[in-house]
Amino acid sequence: MLNSAFATMLQRELLLSVRKLSDSLHPLWFFILVVALFPLSLGPDSDQLRVLAPGLIWVIALLALMLSVDGLFRSDFIDGSLEQLLLGVQPLYFLTLAKLLAHCVVTGVPLIIVSPLLALFFGLPAEALPELILSLLLGVPTLIFIGAIGAALTVGFQRGGLLLSLLIMPMYLPVLIFGASAVQVATAGFAVTGQLSILAGLLCLAFGLAPLAVSAALRLHFYY
Amino acid sequence: MWSFFHKLGSPRWFYKISGQLLPVFIVSALGLLIWGSVWGLAYAPEDFRQGNSYRIIFIHVPAAFVALAGYYVMATAGAISLIWKMKLADIVMQAAAPIGAAMTFIALFTGAVWGKPTWGTWWVWDARITSMLVLFFLYIGVIALRQAFESAEQAGKACAVLCLVGTVNIPIIYKSVDWWYSLHQPATIKIIGETSMHDDMWWPLLVMIFAFYLLYGSALLLNTRLGVLQREQKTRWVRDLLG
Repeated sequence: MLNSAFATMLQRELLLSVRKLSDSLHPLWFFILVVALFPLSLGPDSDQLRVLAPGLIWVIALLALMLSVDGLFRSDFIDGSLEQLLLGVQPLYFLTLAKLLAHCVVTGVPLIIVSPLLALFFGLPAEALPELILSLLLGVPTLIFIGAIGAALTVGFQRGGLLLSLLIMPMYLPVLIFGASAVQVATAGFAVTGQLSILAGLLCLAFGLAPLAVSAALRLHFYY
Repeated sequence: MWSFFHKLGSPRWFYKISGQLLPVFIVSALGLLIWGSVWGLAYAPEDFRQGNSYRIIFIHVPAAFVALAGYYVMATAGAISLIWKMKLADIVMQAAAPIGAAMTFIALFTGAVWGKPTWGTWWVWDARITSMLVLFFLYIGVIALRQAFESAEQAGKACAVLCLVGTVNIPIIYKSVDWWYSLHQPATIKIIGETSMHDDMWWPLLVMIFAFYLLYGSALLLNTRLGVLQREQKTRWVRDLLG
């Protein structure tokens, strides 16, 4: 019963994003476009860009994901399906988990797939690519899970985007620090097991606790 | 013991008791503040390397202490209001946010003023300083979220969730100087083990730390009392009180 609810939710979310494919691709275009801003503003000096690349890629990925989670619950909130989910018998934890996992697949995976291309733009050495992809694989779901808490808190506001970033950005910093440092250290040719382990730990923490916080935050909007 | 906890559920009872406690807090806070600052600023010995400029430590360190502890106060109040749905805890959480933000700002500002003569720069992106800036934004986030809601009950729940999520950052802020060794010195004051500071400087600092805790307590009581009056403005006892 539980599994079927989880699976149904996952299927619904994936189907919805396939139907609105162009919406789902917005974060990806944003990601690539912002990358192009940096050579234009900092100058096309490839040595300088190579040094900045790990931090830049991580910051841009963070911003793209933060913008993408803003609308995560809003359409469901407006059309009333969120209220039906809250009223239903299924535990909200698994329903939100399914929603978040679907978002990871639809938004996170394309970002990770396209990241080697961006690393190439910035001239990041090829040896650091596996670490970049691994760190993003561990970090991107964490960012989505944390961001979803902010999205759930601000779902009732018409334009919650700026407030969302104010709430969520401080929570994003640990992920950003260890993610960017993993790529940086890998560029210098050292082992990055430490950073990756911490990222994995943060992911476990977010995976276990964030759906709880999201459920609590979603419920409060129907509290009168 | 539990009857005390249950009584806290009544804002009216709290208003009465806090009115009696408040003078004690304010008088002892002011007394310790005057004692500590005169001792620290006038009588404590000059630092061998930094001269007199080190004396800002008597504001900087206590403010930073209270800024961090203030987040725990806020988060604990948030947890209590979520779990026991206690109205007073929500008001305490609301009252704690601006005071904590102010304390964090004082710590950052005095740190910048102190950094100029000793490090030669107003600001460095050091682990401790950056994490205190993050703490400042955690407080600002809670204040902003509260103002975004129209209903006080929704705002209280939302802020409580946000406070609890933000608690994850606090151990990182505490430990940042030990984990990332950089310009800011590691913690000198230790509960266990030897404090690496001379007694003549350490005692006035301790007095100032207690003074700041009491100052924080007074500000929190005052702000909470204001919150109680605002939240309960429709009840008879508040109307009787204010005439």
